[in-house]
Amino acid sequence: MHDTAAHRVTRWTLRLIVIGYLLFLVIWPVALVAAKTFANGLAPVINALRQPEVIFAFQLTLSAAFWAVVINTIFGVGISLLLVRYTFPGRRALNAMIDVPLSVSPVVVGLALVLVYNGRTGWLGQTLEQGGLQVIYAPPGIIMATAFVSLPLVIRELVPVLTEIGTEQEQAARSLGASGLQTFARITLPAIKWGLLYGVVLSLARSLGEFGAVKIVSGGVAMRTQTATLLVEERYQQFGLVNSITAYTAAFILALIAVIALIIITSLRPSKGAP
Amino acid sequence: MTPSAGTVEAEQSAPTTPAGTATNAGGRRLPRAKSATSLTPISGLGLGIALMWFSLLVFIPLTAVLVQASAGGWSAYWDALTSPQTLAALRLTVGTAVLVTVVNVVMGTAIAWVLVRDQFRGKQLLEVVIDIPFALPTIVAGLVLLSLYGPSSPLGVNWANTRVAVFLAFLFVTLPFIVRTVQPVLLELEHEVEEAAASLGANRLTTFRLVILPSLAPAITAGAALSFCRAISEYGSLVLLSGNLPYSTEVASVRIMSSIEGDKLTEAAAVASILLVVALIVIVVLDLISRRVARYA
Repeated sequence: MHDTAAHRVTRWTLRLIVIGYLLFLVIWPVALVAAKTFANGLAPVINALRQPEVIFAFQLTLSAAFWAVVINTIFGVGISLLLVRYTFPGRRALNAMIDVPLSVSPVVVGLALVLVYNGRTGWLGQTLEQGGLQVIYAPPGIIMATAFVSLPLVIRELVPVLTEIGTEQEQAARSLGASGLQTFARITLPAIKWGLLYGVVLSLARSLGEFGAVKIVSGGVAMRTQTATLLVEERYQQFGLVNSITAYTAAFILALIAVIALIIITSLRPSKGAP
Repeated sequence: MTPSAGTVEAEQSAPTTPAGTATNAGGRRLPRAKSATSLTPISGLGLGIALMWFSLLVFIPLTAVLVQASAGGWSAYWDALTSPQTLAALRLTVGTAVLVTVVNVVMGTAIAWVLVRDQFRGKQLLEVVIDIPFALPTIVAGLVLLSLYGPSSPLGVNWANTRVAVFLAFLFVTLPFIVRTVQPVLLELEHEVEEAAASLGANRLTTFRLVILPSLAPAITAGAALSFCRAISEYGSLVLLSGNLPYSTEVASVRIMSSIEGDKLTEAAAVASILLVVALIVIVVLDLISRRVARYA
Protein backbone atom coordinates (compact mmCIF):
# COMPACT_ATOMS: atom_id res chain seq x y z
CA MET A 1 0.00 0.00 0.00
CA HIS A 2 2.83 2.35 0.91
CA ASP A 3 5.33 1.03 -1.53
CA THR A 4 5.82 3.88 -3.94
CA ALA A 5 9.19 4.26 -5.64
CA ALA A 6 10.18 7.23 -3.49
CA HIS A 7 9.31 5.19 -0.47
CA ARG A 8 11.55 2.34 -1.49
CA VAL A 9 14.47 4.68 -2.11
CA THR A 10 14.11 6.21 1.35
CA ARG A 11 13.89 2.78 2.95
CA TRP A 12 16.94 1.42 1.13
CA THR A 13 19.00 4.52 1.83
CA LEU A 14 18.19 4.38 5.53
CA ARG A 15 18.89 0.65 5.67
CA LEU A 16 22.29 1.06 3.98
CA ILE A 17 23.29 3.99 6.19
CA VAL A 18 22.42 2.04 9.33
CA ILE A 19 24.21 -1.14 8.23
CA GLY A 20 27.26 0.86 7.11
CA TYR A 21 27.38 2.74 10.41
CA LEU A 22 27.20 -0.46 12.45
CA LEU A 23 29.75 -2.12 10.16
CA PHE A 24 32.35 0.58 10.75
CA LEU A 25 31.59 1.15 14.43
CA VAL A 26 31.06 -2.41 15.71
CA ILE A 27 31.12 -5.32 13.26
CA TRP A 28 34.41 -4.73 11.46
CA PRO A 29 36.44 -3.69 14.54
CA VAL A 30 35.18 -6.70 16.55
CA ALA A 31 35.94 -9.08 13.68
CA LEU A 32 39.45 -7.62 13.38
CA VAL A 33 40.22 -8.43 17.03
CA ALA A 34 39.24 -12.05 16.43
CA ALA A 35 41.38 -12.11 13.28
CA LYS A 36 44.37 -10.56 15.07
CA THR A 37 44.15 -13.07 17.92
CA PHE A 38 44.54 -15.99 15.53
CA ALA A 39 46.82 -14.23 13.02
CA ASN A 40 49.77 -16.47 13.96
CA GLY A 41 47.74 -19.65 14.29
CA LEU A 42 46.39 -21.48 17.26
CA ALA A 43 49.68 -22.44 18.97
CA PRO A 44 50.62 -18.97 20.33
CA VAL A 45 47.06 -18.54 21.62
CA ILE A 46 47.25 -21.82 23.53
CA ASN A 47 50.71 -20.92 24.85
CA ALA A 48 49.34 -17.58 26.02
CA LEU A 49 46.59 -19.36 27.91
CA ARG A 50 49.13 -21.60 29.65
CA GLN A 51 50.91 -18.69 31.35
CA PRO A 52 50.36 -18.81 35.11
CA GLU A 53 49.58 -15.07 35.17
CA VAL A 54 46.79 -15.56 32.65
CA ILE A 55 45.34 -18.57 34.47
CA PHE A 56 45.50 -16.67 37.75
CA ALA A 57 43.87 -13.56 36.26
CA PHE A 58 40.93 -15.51 34.86
CA GLN A 59 40.50 -17.46 38.10
CA LEU A 60 40.46 -14.24 40.11
CA THR A 61 38.02 -12.63 37.67
CA LEU A 62 35.70 -15.63 37.80
CA SER A 63 35.69 -15.90 41.58
CA ALA A 64 35.17 -12.14 42.09
CA ALA A 65 32.37 -12.15 39.51
CA PHE A 66 30.83 -15.23 41.15
CA TRP A 67 30.66 -13.61 44.59
CA ALA A 68 29.46 -10.30 43.20
CA VAL A 69 26.65 -12.07 41.35
CA VAL A 70 25.68 -14.11 44.43
CA ILE A 71 25.51 -10.94 46.53
CA ASN A 72 23.59 -9.03 43.85
CA THR A 73 21.13 -11.88 43.35
CA ILE A 74 20.23 -12.20 47.04
CA PHE A 75 20.15 -8.44 47.51
CA GLY A 76 18.31 -7.96 44.19
CA VAL A 77 15.53 -10.41 44.93
CA GLY A 78 15.03 -8.92 48.38
CA ILE A 79 15.00 -5.30 47.25
CA SER A 80 12.70 -6.06 44.31
CA LEU A 81 10.18 -7.79 46.58
CA LEU A 82 10.32 -4.86 49.00
CA LEU A 83 9.93 -2.26 46.24
CA VAL A 84 6.99 -3.99 44.59
CA ARG A 85 5.13 -5.62 47.47
CA TYR A 86 5.49 -3.12 50.29
CA THR A 87 5.04 0.56 50.94
CA PHE A 88 7.45 2.39 53.17
CA PRO A 89 8.76 5.93 53.48
CA GLY A 90 11.57 6.59 51.01
CA ARG A 91 10.44 3.90 48.60
CA ARG A 92 10.50 6.19 45.58
CA ALA A 93 13.90 7.60 46.56
CA LEU A 94 15.31 4.11 46.98
CA ASN A 95 13.93 3.12 43.59
CA ALA A 96 15.69 6.08 41.97
CA MET A 97 18.92 5.54 43.93
CA ILE A 98 19.15 1.92 42.76
CA ASP A 99 20.09 3.27 39.32
CA VAL A 100 22.98 5.38 40.59
CA PRO A 101 25.62 2.67 40.06
CA LEU A 102 24.72 2.50 36.36
CA SER A 103 25.31 6.23 35.88
CA VAL A 104 28.43 6.77 37.97
CA SER A 105 31.84 6.57 36.32
CA PRO A 106 33.78 3.41 37.26
CA VAL A 107 36.66 5.66 38.25
CA VAL A 108 34.43 7.48 40.73
CA VAL A 109 33.26 4.12 42.08
CA GLY A 110 36.86 3.05 42.65
CA LEU A 111 37.76 6.35 44.30
CA ALA A 112 34.69 6.19 46.56
CA LEU A 113 35.53 2.70 47.77
CA VAL A 114 39.20 3.57 48.33
CA LEU A 115 38.25 6.63 50.41
CA VAL A 116 36.12 4.55 52.79
CA TYR A 117 37.90 1.21 52.88
CA ASN A 118 41.64 1.89 52.56
CA GLY A 119 43.55 0.67 55.62
CA ARG A 120 45.52 3.86 56.20
CA THR A 121 42.95 6.66 56.26
CA GLY A 122 39.64 5.03 55.31
CA TRP A 123 36.53 5.76 57.38
CA LEU A 124 35.83 2.08 57.88
CA GLY A 125 39.01 0.61 56.42
CA GLN A 126 41.15 1.37 59.48
CA THR A 127 38.84 -0.56 61.80
CA LEU A 128 38.46 -3.44 59.35
CA GLU A 129 42.20 -3.69 58.85
CA GLN A 130 42.79 -3.81 62.61
CA GLY A 131 40.29 -6.63 62.66
CA GLY A 132 42.40 -8.43 60.07
CA LEU A 133 40.29 -7.75 56.96
CA GLN A 134 42.07 -5.97 54.15
CA VAL A 135 39.61 -4.65 51.57
CA ILE A 136 41.54 -2.36 49.25
CA TYR A 137 44.31 -4.00 47.16
CA ALA A 138 42.74 -7.35 48.06
CA PRO A 139 39.94 -9.61 46.74
CA PRO A 140 37.19 -8.16 49.01
CA GLY A 141 37.70 -4.76 47.36
CA ILE A 142 37.53 -6.33 43.90
CA ILE A 143 34.28 -8.07 44.84
CA MET A 144 32.81 -4.82 46.23
CA ALA A 145 33.74 -2.82 43.14
CA THR A 146 32.27 -5.51 40.91
CA ALA A 147 29.09 -5.77 42.99
CA PHE A 148 28.73 -1.96 42.91
CA VAL A 149 28.81 -1.63 39.12
CA SER A 150 26.40 -4.51 38.48
CA LEU A 151 24.07 -3.84 41.41
CA PRO A 152 20.92 -2.63 39.58
CA LEU A 153 20.82 -5.28 36.85
CA VAL A 154 18.93 -8.03 38.71
CA ILE A 155 16.56 -5.52 40.31
CA ARG A 156 15.69 -3.87 36.99
CA GLU A 157 14.76 -7.30 35.58
CA LEU A 158 12.67 -8.41 38.54
CA VAL A 159 10.63 -5.29 39.34
CA PRO A 160 8.53 -5.39 36.11
CA VAL A 161 8.02 -9.15 36.37
CA LEU A 162 6.97 -9.01 40.01
CA THR A 163 4.60 -6.15 39.26
CA GLU A 164 3.01 -8.05 36.40
CA ILE A 165 2.42 -11.35 38.20
CA GLY A 166 0.55 -9.65 41.04
CA THR A 167 -0.09 -11.23 44.42
CA GLU A 168 -3.27 -13.30 44.01
CA GLN A 169 -1.48 -16.64 43.80
CA GLU A 170 0.80 -15.77 46.68
CA GLN A 171 -2.18 -14.74 48.80
CA ALA A 172 -4.00 -17.94 47.88
CA ALA A 173 -0.99 -20.00 48.92
CA ARG A 174 -0.71 -18.12 52.19
CA SER A 175 -4.42 -18.55 52.93
CA LEU A 176 -4.05 -22.31 52.34
CA GLY A 177 -1.45 -22.35 55.10
CA ALA A 178 1.85 -22.12 53.22
CA SER A 179 4.66 -20.39 55.10
CA GLY A 180 6.38 -17.33 53.67
CA LEU A 181 9.35 -19.40 52.56
CA GLN A 182 7.15 -22.07 50.95
CA THR A 183 5.16 -19.43 49.11
CA PHE A 184 8.37 -17.89 47.80
CA ALA A 185 9.87 -21.22 46.73
CA ARG A 186 6.71 -22.70 45.17
CA ILE A 187 4.91 -19.63 43.76
CA THR A 188 7.09 -16.55 43.46
CA LEU A 189 10.38 -18.13 42.39
CA PRO A 190 8.94 -20.17 39.48
CA ALA A 191 7.16 -17.06 38.23
CA ILE A 192 10.26 -14.86 38.26
CA LYS A 193 12.84 -17.47 37.25
CA TRP A 194 13.36 -16.21 33.66
CA GLY A 195 13.68 -12.60 34.71
CA LEU A 196 16.05 -13.69 37.44
CA LEU A 197 18.11 -15.73 34.98
CA TYR A 198 18.45 -12.78 32.58
CA GLY A 199 19.46 -10.54 35.45
CA VAL A 200 22.08 -13.05 36.60
CA VAL A 201 23.54 -13.52 33.10
CA LEU A 202 23.68 -9.75 32.63
CA SER A 203 25.33 -9.21 36.02
CA LEU A 204 27.84 -11.95 35.27
CA ALA A 205 28.74 -10.43 31.91
CA ARG A 206 29.08 -6.98 33.46
CA SER A 207 31.11 -8.34 36.39
CA LEU A 208 33.61 -10.24 34.27
CA GLY A 209 34.32 -7.13 32.23
CA GLU A 210 34.67 -4.46 34.91
CA PHE A 211 37.88 -2.50 34.52
CA GLY A 212 38.12 1.06 35.87
CA ALA A 213 36.74 0.51 39.37
CA VAL A 214 38.69 -2.72 39.81
CA LYS A 215 41.88 -1.06 38.60
CA ILE A 216 41.72 1.48 41.43
CA VAL A 217 40.74 -0.83 44.28
CA SER A 218 42.92 -3.80 43.31
CA GLY A 219 46.26 -2.21 42.46
CA GLY A 220 46.59 -4.75 39.65
CA VAL A 221 49.57 -6.73 40.95
CA ALA A 222 50.22 -9.78 38.74
CA MET A 223 49.50 -13.11 40.47
CA ARG A 224 47.90 -11.27 43.40
CA THR A 225 45.21 -8.78 42.40
CA GLN A 226 45.37 -8.67 38.60
CA THR A 227 42.05 -9.54 36.94
CA ALA A 228 41.63 -10.48 33.28
CA THR A 229 40.79 -6.96 32.08
CA LEU A 230 43.79 -5.53 33.96
CA LEU A 231 45.97 -8.19 32.34
CA VAL A 232 44.80 -7.07 28.89
CA GLU A 233 45.86 -3.51 29.67
CA GLU A 234 49.25 -4.46 31.11
CA ARG A 235 50.20 -6.88 28.35
CA TYR A 236 49.08 -4.59 25.54
CA GLN A 237 51.34 -1.84 26.84
CA GLN A 238 54.39 -4.13 27.06
CA PHE A 239 56.65 -4.77 24.10
CA GLY A 240 57.00 -8.04 22.24
CA LEU A 241 54.84 -10.37 20.22
CA VAL A 242 54.14 -12.77 23.11
CA ASN A 243 52.73 -9.98 25.26
CA SER A 244 50.66 -8.63 22.41
CA ILE A 245 49.23 -12.08 21.61
CA THR A 246 48.50 -12.62 25.30
CA ALA A 247 46.60 -9.30 25.41
CA TYR A 248 44.59 -10.18 22.31
CA THR A 249 43.90 -13.72 23.55
CA ALA A 250 42.59 -12.53 26.92
CA ALA A 251 40.55 -9.81 25.17
CA PHE A 252 39.18 -12.36 22.71
CA ILE A 253 38.04 -14.67 25.51
CA LEU A 254 36.37 -11.79 27.36
CA ALA A 255 34.65 -10.70 24.15
CA LEU A 256 33.57 -14.27 23.45
CA ILE A 257 32.00 -14.58 26.92
CA ALA A 258 30.21 -11.26 26.38
CA VAL A 259 28.79 -12.29 23.01
CA ILE A 260 27.72 -15.72 24.32
CA ALA A 261 25.94 -14.01 27.22
CA LEU A 262 24.19 -11.71 24.74
CA ILE A 263 23.10 -14.63 22.57
CA ILE A 264 21.80 -16.52 25.60
CA ILE A 265 19.75 -13.49 26.60
CA THR A 266 18.37 -12.79 23.12
CA SER A 267 17.49 -16.42 22.42
CA LEU A 268 15.93 -17.17 25.80
CA ARG A 269 13.81 -14.08 25.99
CA PRO A 270 11.04 -14.85 23.46
CA SER A 271 10.43 -18.24 25.13
CA LYS A 272 8.79 -16.27 27.89
CA GLY A 273 5.87 -15.83 25.53
CA ALA A 274 4.44 -12.84 23.75
CA PRO A 275 2.86 -10.15 25.90
CA MET B 1 2.95 -8.51 11.33
CA THR B 2 5.72 -10.92 10.48
CA PRO B 3 6.95 -13.39 13.07
CA SER B 4 10.28 -11.59 13.44
CA ALA B 5 8.57 -8.34 14.32
CA GLY B 6 6.60 -10.28 16.91
CA THR B 7 9.84 -11.50 18.40
CA VAL B 8 11.18 -8.03 18.72
CA GLU B 9 8.00 -6.99 20.40
CA ALA B 10 8.27 -9.83 22.89
CA GLU B 11 11.84 -8.85 23.59
CA GLN B 12 10.98 -5.29 24.18
CA SER B 13 8.16 -6.09 26.54
CA ALA B 14 10.66 -7.24 29.12
CA PRO B 15 13.70 -5.01 28.87
CA THR B 16 16.65 -7.19 29.62
CA THR B 17 19.77 -5.59 28.28
CA PRO B 18 21.41 -2.97 30.43
CA ALA B 19 20.12 -0.59 27.81
CA GLY B 20 16.59 -1.75 28.22
CA THR B 21 17.06 -1.94 31.93
CA ALA B 22 18.27 1.55 32.38
CA THR B 23 16.62 3.30 29.53
CA ASN B 24 13.10 2.12 29.11
CA ALA B 25 11.50 5.29 30.31
CA GLY B 26 8.26 3.49 31.07
CA GLY B 27 9.94 0.55 32.74
CA ARG B 28 11.89 2.68 35.16
CA ARG B 29 8.79 4.00 36.75
CA LEU B 30 7.94 2.06 39.85
CA PRO B 31 4.30 1.13 39.49
CA ARG B 32 2.33 1.41 42.67
CA ALA B 33 1.13 -2.13 43.13
CA LYS B 34 -2.51 -2.27 44.10
CA SER B 35 -1.79 -4.93 46.65
CA ALA B 36 1.26 -3.33 48.22
CA THR B 37 1.12 -3.63 51.98
CA SER B 38 2.95 -1.89 54.76
CA LEU B 39 5.99 -3.56 56.26
CA THR B 40 5.72 -6.69 58.39
CA PRO B 41 8.41 -7.31 61.03
CA ILE B 42 10.26 -9.77 58.77
CA SER B 43 10.14 -7.58 55.67
CA GLY B 44 11.16 -4.65 57.87
CA LEU B 45 14.23 -6.61 58.96
CA GLY B 46 14.94 -7.43 55.31
CA LEU B 47 14.68 -3.76 54.40
CA GLY B 48 17.06 -2.89 57.24
CA ILE B 49 19.67 -5.38 56.05
CA ALA B 50 19.29 -4.31 52.42
CA LEU B 51 19.63 -0.63 53.31
CA MET B 52 22.69 -1.35 55.44
CA TRP B 53 24.41 -3.15 52.56
CA PHE B 54 23.35 -0.42 50.13
CA SER B 55 24.80 2.20 52.50
CA LEU B 56 28.09 0.34 52.98
CA LEU B 57 28.51 -0.24 49.27
CA VAL B 58 27.03 2.88 47.68
CA PHE B 59 25.87 5.68 50.00
CA ILE B 60 28.80 5.99 52.38
CA PRO B 61 31.50 5.70 49.69
CA LEU B 62 29.80 8.26 47.42
CA THR B 63 29.33 10.59 50.39
CA ALA B 64 33.02 10.15 51.14
CA VAL B 65 33.82 11.50 47.66
CA LEU B 66 31.87 14.69 48.39
CA VAL B 67 33.43 15.02 51.87
CA GLN B 68 36.92 14.51 50.45
CA ALA B 69 36.22 17.07 47.72
CA SER B 70 35.39 19.66 50.36
CA ALA B 71 38.31 18.68 52.60
CA GLY B 72 40.47 21.60 51.50
CA GLY B 73 37.67 24.16 51.70
CA TRP B 74 35.89 26.03 48.96
CA SER B 75 38.97 27.71 47.50
CA ALA B 76 40.90 24.44 47.20
CA TYR B 77 37.86 22.89 45.52
CA TRP B 78 37.60 25.78 43.09
CA ASP B 79 41.35 25.70 42.39
CA ALA B 80 41.24 21.97 41.67
CA LEU B 81 38.41 22.43 39.19
CA THR B 82 39.85 25.47 37.47
CA SER B 83 43.42 24.32 37.06
CA PRO B 84 44.18 24.60 33.33
CA GLN B 85 44.70 20.86 32.90
CA THR B 86 41.42 19.95 34.61
CA LEU B 87 39.52 22.63 32.69
CA ALA B 88 40.92 21.31 29.43
CA ALA B 89 39.89 17.77 30.39
CA LEU B 90 36.37 18.86 31.41
CA ARG B 91 35.96 20.92 28.25
CA LEU B 92 37.03 18.01 26.05
CA THR B 93 34.81 15.55 27.93
CA VAL B 94 31.66 17.67 27.84
CA GLY B 95 32.24 18.91 24.28
CA THR B 96 32.79 15.43 22.88
CA ALA B 97 29.91 14.00 24.91
CA VAL B 98 27.54 16.65 23.49
CA LEU B 99 28.73 15.94 19.95
CA VAL B 100 28.35 12.18 20.44
CA THR B 101 24.88 12.63 21.90
CA VAL B 102 23.80 14.66 18.87
CA VAL B 103 25.09 11.94 16.53
CA ASN B 104 23.31 9.34 18.65
CA VAL B 105 20.01 11.23 18.52
CA VAL B 106 20.10 11.07 14.72
CA MET B 107 21.69 7.64 14.22
CA GLY B 108 19.98 5.99 17.20
CA THR B 109 16.56 7.06 15.95
CA ALA B 110 17.44 5.91 12.42
CA ILE B 111 18.67 2.52 13.70
CA ALA B 112 15.55 2.04 15.83
CA TRP B 113 13.43 2.98 12.83
CA VAL B 114 15.15 0.41 10.59
CA LEU B 115 14.94 -2.29 13.27
CA VAL B 116 11.21 -1.74 13.76
CA ARG B 117 9.84 -0.74 10.36
CA ASP B 118 12.17 -2.47 7.91
CA GLN B 119 12.31 -6.19 7.13
CA PHE B 120 15.40 -7.86 5.74
CA ARG B 121 17.58 -10.90 6.16
CA GLY B 122 20.03 -10.60 9.04
CA LYS B 123 18.02 -8.05 10.99
CA GLN B 124 18.17 -10.28 14.06
CA LEU B 125 21.97 -10.14 13.82
CA LEU B 126 21.81 -6.33 14.02
CA GLU B 127 19.80 -6.69 17.23
CA VAL B 128 22.76 -8.51 18.78
CA VAL B 129 25.28 -6.08 17.26
CA ILE B 130 23.50 -3.12 18.92
CA ASP B 131 24.05 -4.64 22.37
CA ILE B 132 27.69 -5.62 21.87
CA PRO B 133 29.03 -2.28 23.16
CA PHE B 134 27.17 -2.93 26.43
CA ALA B 135 28.33 -6.46 26.89
CA LEU B 136 31.93 -5.93 25.82
CA PRO B 137 34.38 -5.05 28.62
CA THR B 138 35.45 -1.44 28.09
CA ILE B 139 39.15 -2.30 27.86
CA VAL B 140 38.29 -4.74 25.07
CA ALA B 141 36.20 -2.02 23.41
CA GLY B 142 39.34 0.13 23.28
CA LEU B 143 41.32 -2.70 21.74
CA VAL B 144 38.52 -3.34 19.24
CA LEU B 145 38.47 0.28 18.02
CA LEU B 146 42.26 0.36 17.95
CA SER B 147 42.29 -2.53 15.49
CA LEU B 148 40.33 -0.57 12.88
CA TYR B 149 41.37 3.00 13.65
CA GLY B 150 44.81 2.52 15.21
CA PRO B 151 48.38 2.22 13.88
CA SER B 152 47.83 -0.96 11.84
CA SER B 153 44.44 0.05 10.48
CA PRO B 154 43.36 -1.64 7.23
CA LEU B 155 41.71 1.70 6.37
CA GLY B 156 45.09 3.40 6.37
CA VAL B 157 44.12 5.90 9.07
CA ASN B 158 45.76 6.26 12.44
CA TRP B 159 43.54 8.06 14.88
CA ALA B 160 45.09 6.58 18.03
CA ASN B 161 46.09 9.27 20.55
CA THR B 162 43.94 11.93 18.87
CA ARG B 163 40.64 13.53 19.79
CA VAL B 164 38.97 11.53 17.04
CA ALA B 165 39.74 8.44 19.14
CA VAL B 166 37.93 9.97 22.12
CA PHE B 167 34.94 10.69 19.89
CA LEU B 168 34.93 7.13 18.51
CA ALA B 169 35.22 5.56 21.96
CA PHE B 170 32.29 7.61 23.27
CA LEU B 171 30.28 6.79 20.15
CA PHE B 172 30.96 3.06 20.57
CA VAL B 173 30.02 2.75 24.23
CA THR B 174 26.84 4.86 23.91
CA LEU B 175 25.50 3.19 20.76
CA PRO B 176 22.63 1.21 22.33
CA PHE B 177 21.05 3.89 24.54
CA ILE B 178 18.81 5.81 22.15
CA VAL B 179 18.14 2.74 19.99
CA ARG B 180 16.84 0.83 22.99
CA THR B 181 14.71 3.68 24.36
CA VAL B 182 13.15 4.61 21.02
CA GLN B 183 12.54 1.06 19.74
CA PRO B 184 9.71 0.07 22.13
CA VAL B 185 7.91 3.40 21.64
CA LEU B 186 8.13 3.05 17.88
CA LEU B 187 6.72 -0.47 18.13
CA GLU B 188 3.67 0.77 19.99
CA LEU B 189 3.12 3.73 17.74
CA GLU B 190 -0.08 3.16 15.79
CA HIS B 191 0.30 2.88 12.05
CA GLU B 192 -3.24 4.20 11.74
CA VAL B 193 -2.32 7.64 13.04
CA GLU B 194 0.36 7.99 10.40
CA GLU B 195 -1.99 6.72 7.70
CA ALA B 196 -4.65 9.16 8.83
CA ALA B 197 -2.12 11.99 8.60
CA ALA B 198 -1.09 10.81 5.15
CA SER B 199 -4.68 10.50 3.96
CA LEU B 200 -5.34 14.03 5.17
CA GLY B 201 -2.66 15.16 2.74
CA ALA B 202 0.42 15.34 4.95
CA ASN B 203 3.57 14.34 3.14
CA ARG B 204 6.07 11.98 4.78
CA LEU B 205 8.25 14.72 6.19
CA THR B 206 5.27 16.49 7.72
CA THR B 207 3.96 13.23 9.15
CA PHE B 208 7.34 12.50 10.65
CA ARG B 209 7.76 15.99 12.08
CA LEU B 210 4.26 16.51 13.44
CA VAL B 211 3.07 13.00 14.27
CA ILE B 212 5.97 10.65 14.87
CA LEU B 213 8.64 12.91 16.33
CA PRO B 214 6.48 14.29 19.18
CA SER B 215 5.64 10.73 20.31
CA LEU B 216 9.30 9.76 20.23
CA ALA B 217 10.56 12.91 21.94
CA PRO B 218 10.43 11.63 25.56
CA ALA B 219 12.21 8.41 24.61
CA ILE B 220 14.85 10.28 22.62
CA THR B 221 15.39 12.69 25.51
CA ALA B 222 15.74 9.84 27.99
CA GLY B 223 18.18 8.03 25.71
CA ALA B 224 20.15 11.22 25.09
CA ALA B 225 20.45 11.89 28.83
CA LEU B 226 21.76 8.38 29.47
CA SER B 227 24.06 8.54 26.48
CA PHE B 228 25.54 11.86 27.67
CA CYS B 229 25.97 10.51 31.17
CA ARG B 230 27.68 7.36 29.95
CA ALA B 231 29.99 9.35 27.69
CA ILE B 232 31.26 11.76 30.33
CA SER B 233 32.00 8.89 32.71
CA GLU B 234 33.79 6.68 30.20
CA TYR B 235 37.23 5.45 31.17
CA GLY B 236 38.15 1.88 30.14
CA SER B 237 37.90 2.17 26.38
CA LEU B 238 40.14 5.26 26.33
CA VAL B 239 43.08 3.78 28.21
CA LEU B 240 44.70 2.10 25.23
CA LEU B 241 43.09 4.23 22.55
CA SER B 242 43.45 7.91 23.35
CA GLY B 243 46.95 8.09 24.79
CA ASN B 244 45.62 10.26 27.64
CA LEU B 245 47.72 13.26 26.69
CA PRO B 246 47.17 16.24 29.02
CA TYR B 247 45.58 19.26 27.30
CA SER B 248 44.90 17.12 24.24
CA THR B 249 43.12 13.81 24.73
CA GLU B 250 42.81 13.61 28.51
CA VAL B 251 39.17 13.28 29.63
CA ALA B 252 37.69 13.84 33.09
CA SER B 253 37.82 10.23 34.32
CA VAL B 254 41.42 9.85 33.15
CA ARG B 255 42.23 13.08 35.00
CA ILE B 256 40.68 11.59 38.15
CA MET B 257 42.71 8.42 37.68
CA SER B 258 46.01 10.27 37.36
CA SER B 259 45.17 12.36 40.46
CA ILE B 260 44.52 9.13 42.39
CA GLU B 261 47.77 7.64 41.17
CA GLY B 262 49.57 10.80 42.26
CA ASP B 263 47.91 10.47 45.68
CA LYS B 264 46.09 13.80 45.21
CA LEU B 265 42.80 12.47 46.51
CA THR B 266 41.19 15.87 47.14
CA GLU B 267 41.80 16.90 43.53
CA ALA B 268 40.49 13.56 42.31
CA ALA B 269 37.39 13.91 44.49
CA ALA B 270 36.76 17.45 43.23
CA VAL B 271 36.55 16.32 39.60
CA ALA B 272 34.66 13.18 40.66
CA SER B 273 32.06 15.34 42.45
CA ILE B 274 31.24 17.02 39.12
CA LEU B 275 30.67 13.65 37.42
CA LEU B 276 28.62 12.51 40.40
CA VAL B 277 26.38 15.59 40.33
CA VAL B 278 25.80 15.19 36.58
CA ALA B 279 24.88 11.53 37.14
CA LEU B 280 22.39 12.52 39.85
CA ILE B 281 20.86 15.22 37.65
CA VAL B 282 20.40 12.68 34.85
CA ILE B 283 18.69 10.25 37.23
CA VAL B 284 16.29 12.95 38.43
CA VAL B 285 15.56 14.04 34.84
CA LEU B 286 14.83 10.45 33.82
CA ASP B 287 12.57 9.97 36.81
CA LEU B 288 10.63 13.10 35.84
CA ILE B 289 10.38 12.04 32.18
CA SER B 290 9.10 8.58 33.06
CA ARG B 291 6.50 10.08 35.39
CA ARG B 292 5.36 12.49 32.70
CA VAL B 293 5.17 9.70 30.13
CA ALA B 294 3.25 7.52 32.56
CA ARG B 295 0.76 10.29 33.21
CA TYR B 296 -0.06 10.82 29.53
CA ALA B 297 0.17 7.19 28.51
